[in-house]
Amino acid sequence: MTSDHIVGIDLGTTNSLVAFMQGDSPVVIPGEDGVNLLPSVVALDEADKIIVGNAARKYLIETPERSVYSIKRLMGRGVEDIHDELSLFPFRLAEDLAPGEVLRIKLGDKSFTPPEISAYILRQLKRNAERFFGAPVTKAVITVPAYFNDAQRQATKDAGRIAGLEVLRLVNEPTAASLAYGLDRKQNGIVAVYDFGGGTFDISILRLHDGIFEVIATNGDTHLGGDDIDNLMIRIALDDIRGDLGMDVSRNGEVVAAIRKAVIEAKIALSAQESTKLDVELPAGKRYQRDVSREQFEQLAAPVIDRTVAPCKQALKDAALQSEQIDEVVLVGGSTRIPKVRALVEQLFQRKPHTDLNPDEVVALGAAVQANILSGGSEATENMLLLDVTPLSLGIEVAGGVADKIILRNSTIPASATQHYTTQVDGQTSVAIHVLQGERELAKDCRSLARFDLKGVPPMSAGMPRIEVKFLIDANGILHVSAREQRSGKEAEIEVQPSYGLTDDQVESMILESFDQAEEDFRQRQIIEARNEVQTILAALEKGKKSPAWGQLTTDEKQRIAKLERALRDAEQAEDHQEIRKAIDALNQGTMRLAELMMDSAVTTALKGKNMDEADLGEGPSAPHPVGKAEFK
Amino acid sequence: MRAAQFCTSCGKVQPPAPVDYFSFFALPRKLNIDAADLEREFYVLSRKLHPDVYAGHDPQEQEWSLQQSSRLNDAYRTLKDPIRRTEYLMKLEGVDLEGQSKASTEAGRGSKTGEKKQIVPPDLLEEVFELNMQLEELRANKKLGEEDPALIAELQQHKTVLEAKFRSLFDELQGHWNAWDAAADSGNRAESRRVRDQMVDLLNRRSYIRNLVRDVNEVLQD
Repeated sequence: MTSDHIVGIDLGTTNSLVAFMQGDSPVVIPGEDGVNLLPSVVALDEADKIIVGNAARKYLIETPERSVYSIKRLMGRGVEDIHDELSLFPFRLAEDLAPGEVLRIKLGDKSFTPPEISAYILRQLKRNAERFFGAPVTKAVITVPAYFNDAQRQATKDAGRIAGLEVLRLVNEPTAASLAYGLDRKQNGIVAVYDFGGGTFDISILRLHDGIFEVIATNGDTHLGGDDIDNLMIRIALDDIRGDLGMDVSRNGEVVAAIRKAVIEAKIALSAQESTKLDVELPAGKRYQRDVSREQFEQLAAPVIDRTVAPCKQALKDAALQSEQIDEVVLVGGSTRIPKVRALVEQLFQRKPHTDLNPDEVVALGAAVQANILSGGSEATENMLLLDVTPLSLGIEVAGGVADKIILRNSTIPASATQHYTTQVDGQTSVAIHVLQGERELAKDCRSLARFDLKGVPPMSAGMPRIEVKFLIDANGILHVSAREQRSGKEAEIEVQPSYGLTDDQVESMILESFDQAEEDFRQRQIIEARNEVQTILAALEKGKKSPAWGQLTTDEKQRIAKLERALRDAEQAEDHQEIRKAIDALNQGTMRLAELMMDSAVTTALKGKNMDEADLGEGPSAPHPVGKAEFK
Repeated sequence: MRAAQFCTSCGKVQPPAPVDYFSFFALPRKLNIDAADLEREFYVLSRKLHPDVYAGHDPQEQEWSLQQSSRLNDAYRTLKDPIRRTEYLMKLEGVDLEGQSKASTEAGRGSKTGEKKQIVPPDLLEEVFELNMQLEELRANKKLGEEDPALIAELQQHKTVLEAKFRSLFDELQGHWNAWDAAADSGNRAESRRVRDQMVDLLNRRSYIRNLVRDVNEVLQD
């Protein structure tokens, strides 16, 4: 367990990150480009290859029908409940979707389920981590909005599996943030985490007590985020263009994408400035320009921002606390940079929010802390334990279409409930159960989680069987069901029809498809890295040959080095990174004396035993640190 | 009197035994509980049983820790809340409160109005009768789009009275705890049964009033 690197991943609506615990503190692992945030954007390039992240963003503008953003909004959802999403986002559904089938969206001619798209993002993060460690990464903690329901959580776990990651735990985003905060502060008290991201809003109230992070209440809205503010601005821009220039560009994917980019930049600018300017190129040489003041922006964004108030008040009510009793408010998510949002939070909780932690990174850092706790912990985290809750009540549909609540919202998880069923008809061998999530009285107003058929009930007279069904919500917030007929002691088989999710078989087949590719990718990367190191050491050797130290070597030594150099150049052509590394090591050994000679005698003592590519060779291309990673060019 | 969540010799987590919630916390079946003690014990047991602690262990231990910690959380949730604690203890004593409530709900479903046909506590009969009439009147007014501020004020007045009764019932219930605990200590079964029946009666009345207040709130909502 300790040799595996378990990472923490924030799979965000707008940006994703991967982090790990380095000594006492969590640290974000950057991408190849040195940037910590990986935009959650996936596109198909000209060669139908999948591109993820910053590189994919240009495709959003150029070929929007071959790219997708904010896929998190579709995770765990069915065709019936994404009307809002479809009208506000350029998602294109596959044409041949049958009712009840898992969603598929199109990128160009290919179609993908949301977990598959998320898996591409996760795989990119996995690669970044593997490059950093120089070792495979197969286990992760992934965060989800606290208010995510069972289907949304399952979809996230599925995405992890498809990406080749064993998801050790799903952690709620506000709880993860509190871990990062608690590790930092080490104070007891009541903390409220206000998490306003690109697509989801969560509010969690926790008690921090001697290393125990106990969630008391949580609430939120999984259809609410910065994206909604962007969409309002886009609509205004489209109206302006229609009114002022008589052009309807709403169907022009590239123009809308360009407008979206511009409004996002304006939104961000207005957090620091009092006014900014929108400037977008339109077709036929036209231009859309408009000044936007912070005041205008705040007025526009007000209805979206105000939607965060009700969940906050409900959470306080559920926690049986007044806002004065909150000791600290922690802000999470890019949208909390908006000054109006901070003002609202200050008003709601009667205190200035805590803004020391980077709102973009704090969730990933917290996930890394949890990853550390799960791998046995270290000195920094040995006393820490997370006690989270289920955000939504779990219910069963009973006679009259009523939702009978069996596990209430904000119950600490793992949590369980037991129900008893029997048969209506003589000889009935299966019982149907409809499980729901939500707070409403009627089943039709709640979210359908799954329908279970309990099969294999021993045939008896109606009313005789006593079937005990146990509902268990695990530490990930995911439901498990087990059943037993008590008279015979027989375990009933449970066949789950997840209402919006993939079956195990479907996930399995997706893993195989992407797994082969991943193995190949990893191998390729290792070869590339090894070859880069070859270039470095050969360059260092060339320098060595030109230095006065070369003259001090014996003929034998020079011949031996020449032989090793030839062997290395041959190995470089091989498709086996281990061969290459062996040849590099051999040459390093063979040139050790040369490296030593190239030093000042005073410095030689200090550097004795070092390799060619560590020895400081003065000016010229500097050698990489011996334990650093080769640069990708 | 330690509930055996762990093996006494090797200390490893064990499959959950079918003990009741009181035994899980190694507590006697008494109604007065020190909240701080309970919380402390909950945290101690959480640190030992939570699935996060078993992340690297074999699947069997992981399964048992999952079962044990869900039991721990269910037990804590029940014992922490005074009403739930009392209801749970009544259940252990063989009183089927849930069944009584369900039966009356079912009976109510059969009726035209779908109202719960719970047995009305006798001292509330007149009040309940009047209240239900006023609720009907208000509902009818709403259908016609009419408003009667005097009626609304009266209903709110009733609600306030009921809420006060609700709170006083809780105090009365707490008063019985000492009697119960004393009977448990002295082993006086007859006394235990007497106190039990009184508490069941209080719980039923309290539940009835809560439903009434909820009905009033629903109608007053819009």
